[in-house]
Amino acid sequence: MPWSRIKPDTNEPDFSNDVLLDNKAGRRIAYAEALNEALFQALSLDPRVFVMGQGVDDPSGMFGATRGLHLKFGADRVFDTPLAETALSGVAVGAALGGMRPVYFHNRPDFLLLAMDQLVNHAAKWHYMFGGAACVPLVFWACVGRGWGSAAQHSQALQGLFMHVPGLKLIMPATCFDAKGLMLSAIADKNPVLIIDHRMNFKQRGLVPEEPYTVPIGKGVIRRKGRDVTVVAISHLVAEAYAAAQELAEEGIEAEIIDPRTLRPLDEELILESVARTGRLVVTDTGWKTGGVTAEIGAMVAEKGFASLKAPIVRVCNPDLPTPSGYTLERAYYIGKDDIKAGIVKAVRGS
Amino acid sequence: MPLTTKARLQLFRTMLRIRRVQERIESEYMKDEMKTPVHLYIGQEAIASGVCSSLRDDDAINSNHRSHGHYLAKGGDLNAMMAELFCKSTGCSRGYGGSMHLVDVAHGNMGTSAIVGGGIPIATGQGLAFQMQKLDRVSAVFFGDGAADEGTLYESVNFAMLKQLPVVYVMENNGWAVCSPTATRHCGDNVFHKGAGDRLFTAKIDGNDPELVFDTAEKAVAHARSGQGPAFIECVTYRILGHAGCLQQDPKGYRDPAEIELWRERCPVCTYQRKLLELGVLSHSLLTELEAVISAEIDAAFEFARTSPLPTADVLHNHLFCE
Repeated sequence: MPWSRIKPDTNEPDFSNDVLLDNKAGRRIAYAEALNEALFQALSLDPRVFVMGQGVDDPSGMFGATRGLHLKFGADRVFDTPLAETALSGVAVGAALGGMRPVYFHNRPDFLLLAMDQLVNHAAKWHYMFGGAACVPLVFWACVGRGWGSAAQHSQALQGLFMHVPGLKLIMPATCFDAKGLMLSAIADKNPVLIIDHRMNFKQRGLVPEEPYTVPIGKGVIRRKGRDVTVVAISHLVAEAYAAAQELAEEGIEAEIIDPRTLRPLDEELILESVARTGRLVVTDTGWKTGGVTAEIGAMVAEKGFASLKAPIVRVCNPDLPTPSGYTLERAYYIGKDDIKAGIVKAVRGS
Repeated sequence: MPLTTKARLQLFRTMLRIRRVQERIESEYMKDEMKTPVHLYIGQEAIASGVCSSLRDDDAINSNHRSHGHYLAKGGDLNAMMAELFCKSTGCSRGYGGSMHLVDVAHGNMGTSAIVGGGIPIATGQGLAFQMQKLDRVSAVFFGDGAADEGTLYESVNFAMLKQLPVVYVMENNGWAVCSPTATRHCGDNVFHKGAGDRLFTAKIDGNDPELVFDTAEKAVAHARSGQGPAFIECVTYRILGHAGCLQQDPKGYRDPAEIELWRERCPVCTYQRKLLELGVLSHSLLTELEAVISAEIDAAFEFARTSPLPTADVLHNHLFCE
């Protein structure tokens, strides 16, 4: 199946703590539909919101996330952009300063590197650098690719780079419910927010209320309760970690799965509180190990929760290599349920 | 149409004020009270003054690291600027920005980037915002010939032409990017005078002639405001002082002293002063009075900056995010 035609074919694990928290009725819809609904509602509710990006108005509509929006809201509010990520990112910053609420779809994080100047040097600094005189409310969105030979320049999970930057909020959803609620929160936020999605999330269907709602930025959630080990999993690895934990339950290991949902600000309290109960930590991320998200979360726990730890922290990440293209190499490269299982066992049993 | 006497005097006053502020900063810089890298605007005053005179209060400007002239010409408060250079909490950016990051929201100066070429797309985006909100506001952006090396300029102008955005691009070609002359970086004339045809308002003018700058900018702004799309003006000028700091900090040997001397003779402030005196628009007594008023204002601004409080460590973590 080509990556451009990933179809939702799996129901996400029944985390239940999403929808039932607010007693809102949910329908089971696809991840892309949840995002699409969020954008549709944001565009309807706030005339300042607009959607831009290369291909947002094409028939596939950014993997379905932006499909049809231009037909409803017109080319003035949902428009294709030149292949000029550097300047168009600055255009988004300027539009935000001019009173609008841009949502800029960047397709892949790889292309965000062309937008780094505006994102890091400008958007992230604007409020601080002028002593609070001006705000830059904008949303950048990008989706990590995977599979079908996407290779080294179309599948990078670069959240570690962006997590490093003060002034940016960084969101990585894992469920359909959060995809919608966090998108609506990001659009409502007065600051630059980067949402990094993952193509594997687009395979799933989940329960999503129809009415608009927000999920708080900076709040993680426990996806599975467990007494033996805390597993902090990012993005689509939440589902992989959950599957690993279900299998390990049969072996008597009860893993607690934490989905931070937001990497910056990070819900440190939730993680530390969990580690205080379990005494063990596994961190798993779709990005690289060195200097990345697992390094930061691991260091945070070692710094602030060292006394709780009964065993060394285990990190489960893709190897520190560019992504290879061929499918045998790809299979060797990517981590998943089994790697996380091995990581959990190592944290609990020491080998 | 020739400018009125009032308009000419206003233009001259703006230029003279910028010049005197720059000179005072230059002469006091070695005292090390202004602990921020300054990029002085001496020699280029006609451009900020001419362009900003053609803008309304609610029009936006974007500037660059050499921003003092643009900030002042658009109406920025001198006290707040000097306090910012003195790193004080009464500065326009509360001491978080410094000389390269001036801001004046009340006059459409939403913040200054010191990344060369960084402000160009931001100004373009402000133009997009004005168009989307159906406001008849114009966004003007000042940048040097160094920024014309950057891809953001070409990407931005393309987008502004595509969307017919109300943006006026003002390139101040002062001959030098730090110590590199334009001739070693640009392959001849810039592309906008050749390729854009009638879809982009373009002009290449003497940037040291304030009335010519004003006249051209007024046409460009009217063009942009009326929905006809962006404009590009290249103003040929010269950076009399070094790239940064005061005169004695400028490294020697990269420019021919004769070149500097030639441009000193073309000083926009002195030339315009002479012209207005000859025309009888300006009298010697009025000039003396203007100088005295400006001097007193600068004295007061330096006093304000010196006596203002410094930000304390307890505010270090403020303002990272907008609440």
